[in-house]
Amino acid sequence: MSWQASLARRGIDGVTLLAAPAVLFILLLFIYPFLYGLVLSFAPKVGGMFANYQRFFADPFLYDTVGKTLRIAVPVTLLNIAISVPVALRVRLLHQPRLLTTILVIPITLGTVLVAEGMLNYFGPRGWFNRVLIEIGLADNPIKLIHNYWGVFLSLVITGFPFTFLLTLSYVTGIDPALEQAGAMLGARGWQRFREILMPLLLPGLVITFCLSFVQAFSVFPSAVLLGAPAGDTRVISVAAYTAAFEEYDAPMASAIAMIMAAVQVLIVAALLGAQSMLYRGPAGGGKG
Amino acid sequence: MIRTKSIGGSLWVWAVWLLVAFFIVNLLALIATVVVNSFSTRWFTTWLPVGFTTKWYVSAWEEFQLPEVLTATFEVVGAVVLISGLLGVPAAYAMARRDFPGKRFVMLLFLLPMLVPPITFGIPLATVLYKVGAAGSIWGVILANLVPTVPFVILVMIPFIQQIDPRVESAARVFGANTLQLFTHVLVPLLTPGILAALLLVLVRTIAMFELTFLTAGADSQTLVVALYYAVFAAGVRAGQSVDAMAVVYMVTTLAWLLLALRFVNPTQIVTRAKR
Repeated sequence: MSWQASLARRGIDGVTLLAAPAVLFILLLFIYPFLYGLVLSFAPKVGGMFANYQRFFADPFLYDTVGKTLRIAVPVTLLNIAISVPVALRVRLLHQPRLLTTILVIPITLGTVLVAEGMLNYFGPRGWFNRVLIEIGLADNPIKLIHNYWGVFLSLVITGFPFTFLLTLSYVTGIDPALEQAGAMLGARGWQRFREILMPLLLPGLVITFCLSFVQAFSVFPSAVLLGAPAGDTRVISVAAYTAAFEEYDAPMASAIAMIMAAVQVLIVAALLGAQSMLYRGPAGGGKG
Repeated sequence: MIRTKSIGGSLWVWAVWLLVAFFIVNLLALIATVVVNSFSTRWFTTWLPVGFTTKWYVSAWEEFQLPEVLTATFEVVGAVVLISGLLGVPAAYAMARRDFPGKRFVMLLFLLPMLVPPITFGIPLATVLYKVGAAGSIWGVILANLVPTVPFVILVMIPFIQQIDPRVESAARVFGANTLQLFTHVLVPLLTPGILAALLLVLVRTIAMFELTFLTAGADSQTLVVALYYAVFAAGVRAGQSVDAMAVVYMVTTLAWLLLALRFVNPTQIVTRAKR
């Protein structure tokens, strides 16, 4: 048997090689830069191998960014999921959810920069939102909703909720309605059906949703600068990385911060996925038999 | 379907829909303020502007060098769409049709750039691109933008390819077609809806891709979204209406393509990529 035939038997032939350019591309422009950054982070401009990391964890201005980012990303992600689940459970009963999903996809498509510019107008002290609040007597003076923590928080709700919702919806619609009907037939009330049937089936999907939404929120960048207080409350880790790279021209330090950012994300995602593997992971369909 | 009958149940349903309505009203009002402000002469202490004008579009067109920015945007987006299609579709075909050792690893390789946020891998990527001298030019921006879009095309295309009956391909092979002929005469015509969907989504995502372009663009390779960022960032230097006029140009560009894309894809596909 020729070597070609033996390779083909293992699934490698001309067709398999069609994947090679894409694989090569990702290796060159994703894996290599990441490894390059990792190595570079251990070659600081001054000091020994670990000087960048030592500096990061010694300087409160730098290490605080991790905490600040978590203080924004975790509550926002939890809130987005908490709203998404009940809404998705209602929306799956609609016959034509397309209009709603189309409207919700708009902020994702427009992106954070446009949403930031809109929020500066809309939530500003003279914007429509504050005007309505004062008009109906909910506030005496305009509430400060931009250039602070809440500006970033709100922007992550506006762009993040649709993302979380659409992911949740795809998991919710994967659950066979017959399972809930069976529960109802056996006398389970709405809340019981949710707690005993839907939630256990939904939880693994929600963990994935949390991971994906959290990772997005944790890497918040333009809105933290435009809508937050980039020198104070919302000096998130990506701002620190950007400052190191493009204002201090310290590529090794910037790489170190990017690696720390990636490490925090990986740690949290790995912990959640580890916990998820202990949850029920069976079929969510009704099947006979 | 289960209908709720209790009062608490219907109150709950109302509360959920009110929440959705509240979100949508605020979202639309937020977009509306940008549009209204871009046409306003002055707008300070009233519900609506004092008067309306279109002069801000003229000034934004010159101030923000929109002709150059739009040209750069379409060059970047066009190249990214074309190249990610050329790299992604054949790779998706291989992934859909062959089982080979290490396939799971290759799949992970394609998933990672979509799961890792752009700003995280963008900083080391920009460092490398600056080192080889690509960053700052239009090619640097294109290369950086391709990193998430090539895997995106692959993941969207795999299910489309799996839906095609392999016997159609076998028939073409029996009649002596080589892989290139198979692609041009059989697969591409059959896959046109899928390719169109994938590439339109790439297009919409690339117009709105801020981080990667921001990190790699030079003065003459800024795309619309990056130029908008700088305009908002330097707010106060120029009239707010002018910035908003530019925001409207960006919005129209993006939403026009989104509307076109939505004729071919389901909105949820923009988020949930492909069936796993």
